[in-house]
Amino acid sequence: MTQPGIFELLSFGPGGWGNILLAGATMTILIALSGYATGAVIGVLGVWAKVRGGAGTRLVADVYTTVLRGIPDLLVIYLLYFGGSAAITAIGHLFGAEGFIGFPGFLAGTLAVGITSGAQHTEVFRGAFRAVHPGEIEAAIACGMPRWLRFRRIVAPLTLRHALPGLGNVWQVVLKESALVSITGVAELLRQAQIAAGSTGLPFDFYLIAGGIYLAISTVSSAVLHRAERHFSRGVRRS
Amino acid sequence: MDWTFLQETFVSLVSAVPLTLLLAANSIALGAILAVGIAVARFSAIAPLRWLAQAYVFVFRGTPLLVQIFIIYYGLSQFPAIRHSLLWPVLREPYWCAVLALALNTAAYASEIIRGGLLSVPFGQVEAARACGMSRFMIFRRITLPLGVRQALPGYGNEMISMVKATSLASIITLMEVTGVAARIISESYRAIEVFVVAGAIYLTINFLLTRLVQFVEFRLSPHLRQPVAVLPAIIQGEAH
Repeated sequence: MTQPGIFELLSFGPGGWGNILLAGATMTILIALSGYATGAVIGVLGVWAKVRGGAGTRLVADVYTTVLRGIPDLLVIYLLYFGGSAAITAIGHLFGAEGFIGFPGFLAGTLAVGITSGAQHTEVFRGAFRAVHPGEIEAAIACGMPRWLRFRRIVAPLTLRHALPGLGNVWQVVLKESALVSITGVAELLRQAQIAAGSTGLPFDFYLIAGGIYLAISTVSSAVLHRAERHFSRGVRRS
Repeated sequence: MDWTFLQETFVSLVSAVPLTLLLAANSIALGAILAVGIAVARFSAIAPLRWLAQAYVFVFRGTPLLVQIFIIYYGLSQFPAIRHSLLWPVLREPYWCAVLALALNTAAYASEIIRGGLLSVPFGQVEAARACGMSRFMIFRRITLPLGVRQALPGYGNEMISMVKATSLASIITLMEVTGVAARIISESYRAIEVFVVAGAIYLTINFLLTRLVQFVEFRLSPHLRQPVAVLPAIIQGEAH
């Protein structure tokens, strides 16, 4: 038997793994995007709690960011996957279902990625909010803008602009973290590479290909982020 | 609250702490050596060496650690040449594969941190060392490296913490460190929350101690930022009388 070349492995026809890997890459991007969005929502809530909250909410937000930055992401995935399954099974039993009901891996993955990246989002937003010059908010008050208008027109756009580089870093972390979701059996890129490696007996080739695809996704997204940064910093004086 | 279950979980998880610490310590130590080499290569006058270091950092920072672990643990065994080589007894072991992958990974991140530290060394210091007649290597050993490391220490502390967290991935290639044991207990008992709380507390403790250690080293390395000891003027005054 001759070894198939890399182009045969990647071809889209029969015997090729191209479409399966492409589906995996799409799933990886979907998990990363939904996890990132979840994290961004948590981050907004977190920074609101840290900046505007009372002592109680501030404490909750501080504990959240400290804990989530100190424990492995894998542990969070295990918690949500197994904990979610246990909870759903218990609820199922209440309604008369029998046996074990699995928690959907996609949901567990999205939540896990969201909860861990939420801590990073919080810190990025907080740093960016601090970078907003008090004079700009003062000027908005002087113009008679009500609170919500001030937030929508001044605080939010300025904070986002300052947060953009940090948000880009968080995105790269989230993209790589999404590979951990493969342990729940979700058919994302690494899981598909695992399946392909198992059935062809070519683990090195397929993990290398998977690594290459991750590298491509992160390179393209960093180029996009870089352009976005330039676009939104048009009004910033450089020197 | 089921205290006996918590206690049993705690005992089994604590017995897995040495493996977690061993993985972290070995990979951080190996990675640090490699990182200094890569950081120095980035300043090299030889262009291909610079490119190589740059490519290394790009590849290892751009791919998930789990993929790197899989390439080393599952991928390398694909080649008969490696299976029959002298390295096989090492590369067969999941422990050494994990250490190798973690070290190669942290080297990429740490080299950027060290590079930043080396860049921050004021040129005047190097100039002074040259004026003293130190050779290039001695300047690096005595001036640039110690000052650069001091600058890089806070960032490097964060990298060490993320390494402690990253050791959890070794559980995926069958190593029973803290996360591995936690996953086993969870899948046996389906009591995810209790096990998570105990395991999380163990990781937080390790990382808290690590943070304090880094702070202590930073304190020792930066005497110039400290207030002079308050007793000193009193002694000088006493001598004057």
